[in-house]
Amino acid sequence: MTLRIALRALARNKLRSFLTMLGIIIGVGAVIAMVAIGEGAKATIRSQIASLGTNVLIILPGTATQGGVRVGFGSVNTLTDGDAKAIREEIRSVSFVSPVLRRGDQVVAGNLNWGTMVQGVAPEFQQIREWQVGEGRFLHDGDVENDAKVAVLGETVVRNLFGNDDPLESVIRIRNIPFRVVGVLAAKGQSSQGTDQDDTVLIPYTSMQKRLMRITNVQTIIASAVTADRVPEVQEQITLLLRQRHRIQPDREDDFSIRNLSDIAEAASSSARVMAILLGAVASISLLVGGIGIMNIMLVSVTERTREIGIRMAVGARSRDIMLQFLVEAVVMATTGGCIGILIGIGSSEVLKFWAQWPTLVSPTIVAIAFLFSGAVGVFFGFYPAQKAANLDPIDALRYE
Amino acid sequence: MSEVIRVEDLYKTYRMGDIEVPALRGINLTIDRGEFVAVMGSSGSGKSTFMNIVGCLDRPTRGKYFLEGEEVGSLSRDQWAHIRNKRIGFVFQGFNLLSRTTALENVELPMMYNGFAGKQRHNRAVEVLSLVGLGERLDHAPNQLSGGQQQRVAIARALVNGPSLVLADEPTGNLDSATSADIMTLFQRLNSGQGITIVVVTHEHDIADYAQRRVMFRDGVIVSDERKDASLKQSEVWSGRSKGI
Repeated sequence: MTLRIALRALARNKLRSFLTMLGIIIGVGAVIAMVAIGEGAKATIRSQIASLGTNVLIILPGTATQGGVRVGFGSVNTLTDGDAKAIREEIRSVSFVSPVLRRGDQVVAGNLNWGTMVQGVAPEFQQIREWQVGEGRFLHDGDVENDAKVAVLGETVVRNLFGNDDPLESVIRIRNIPFRVVGVLAAKGQSSQGTDQDDTVLIPYTSMQKRLMRITNVQTIIASAVTADRVPEVQEQITLLLRQRHRIQPDREDDFSIRNLSDIAEAASSSARVMAILLGAVASISLLVGGIGIMNIMLVSVTERTREIGIRMAVGARSRDIMLQFLVEAVVMATTGGCIGILIGIGSSEVLKFWAQWPTLVSPTIVAIAFLFSGAVGVFFGFYPAQKAANLDPIDALRYE
Repeated sequence: MSEVIRVEDLYKTYRMGDIEVPALRGINLTIDRGEFVAVMGSSGSGKSTFMNIVGCLDRPTRGKYFLEGEEVGSLSRDQWAHIRNKRIGFVFQGFNLLSRTTALENVELPMMYNGFAGKQRHNRAVEVLSLVGLGERLDHAPNQLSGGQQQRVAIARALVNGPSLVLADEPTGNLDSATSADIMTLFQRLNSGQGITIVVVTHEHDIADYAQRRVMFRDGVIVSDERKDASLKQSEVWSGRSKGI
């Protein structure tokens, strides 16, 4: 019965009811959309990390303080393929190892050319990166032993140099050296840094060293541990092994650094989580502001409807009835605003996903929480005005101009 | 029980800061079922205060108020609300209808507070509206009705829960003389036809003439209480107790 009274009262002034709800609508809509963006980012990172392999470690030459991944290639020549072999043979918890040498280069096929990332790798690169071959085969040990001029192409390179034609057994030229295409990699998509992983050509690392770069050392070594929880242990063992091999004095720093992809993954994921929480908090503040808006409008409404309250009391409404009526009005406004906000939040998440290609993920938990929270806001901020209304004296209220 | 209202030695004093304002100073009055009483007096005479107490809107400072034999002056506000809902109907000078609400919904309002179901409310509302002479325009809002029609709606609302008592405060104050006559005739019809006890507050003698009994207030006391002689119709002769000036 009170619900009907409240609904009729709200319907009597639809514009004012709507304007009151606006704060809640915006607040809830913002919360839903923000959290969806945060959740989408988290999920994307998680899946990209899964595609990279969380058991993977990268060993770089140069000390940790010298710089990150970009600095140090070729500037410090401390890693060799002997190091890679030693890691493979001597550390039990290591499953696969591959040296990696990278350089951006032009690749020519027929009268087309394409700038891509040429990588010199070992056969175990395929297992470490969990990269399937779509056609043909991957590199094998024989290719490495013989510095063979063979190449495995990524999808993007195939598309740009061969179109729909089959590239197998064709010849491509890197720095004018011919390489025979023996395989095509399955598509992998974008990395977490945003680069196109399919825009690459893989050749034996020995060929890269001897034919293309004319160096004897190795730019980086990647290795995978048997399981993710062995990674810290493996990282330590590699450190010890390399210090020994490089004859580093106990008081000296390592001349290499080891990066652990799951650390990076966890850092990225937790920063996405923090971002989502921050955005959610900011949006929650706007929800609170919406609640204050409801309280203000209801206070004005109570004053304006003083006479109406007097009439209701005169015909038999008790304080409790008036209190309940205004509380219900506040809660109905808040939850209706909440529902509209939820719809708008979901709508904008979908629009962002479609038009801006941002990954968004609407979480049903958040929707439920937002709905309950808007109801709570209605009760909390509606309480004071409802109490004011209930405490009016009918005689004074009836006389109110 | 033939008595509807009985007040014994009723006092009401308002305190404004340090000053005490005695609005009622010892009122004794009995109104029986089926009476049509006019309460008169200038402002400050205490008539409004008296009506507020009789209408269970205000508490007496001293004395007793019996509604149909039951002492109600000392009941709780919630109990008063129940009495106002079921046993008393109010009619105001300014009509006091809910705006942007249809006539039908306005009449249904008291029933919303004692749990009547939708269909019951609707039927009962239509019934009392036709009783006061409003069979059509039930879906009109007050701003689409004339003053007289609005007051009829208000009277219907006052009657809808079958009250023992209707209290009307200057019911014709906002109406022209022709409409005022219509409304007062309606009150008479309700009183004689339905036996409803009616108390009207007014300062106009023309309006008071529609009633059978006239109670005059001055300075917080009753100075006269006269009954109309029913045998004389054209020129009314008022007779009864009068305390003089």
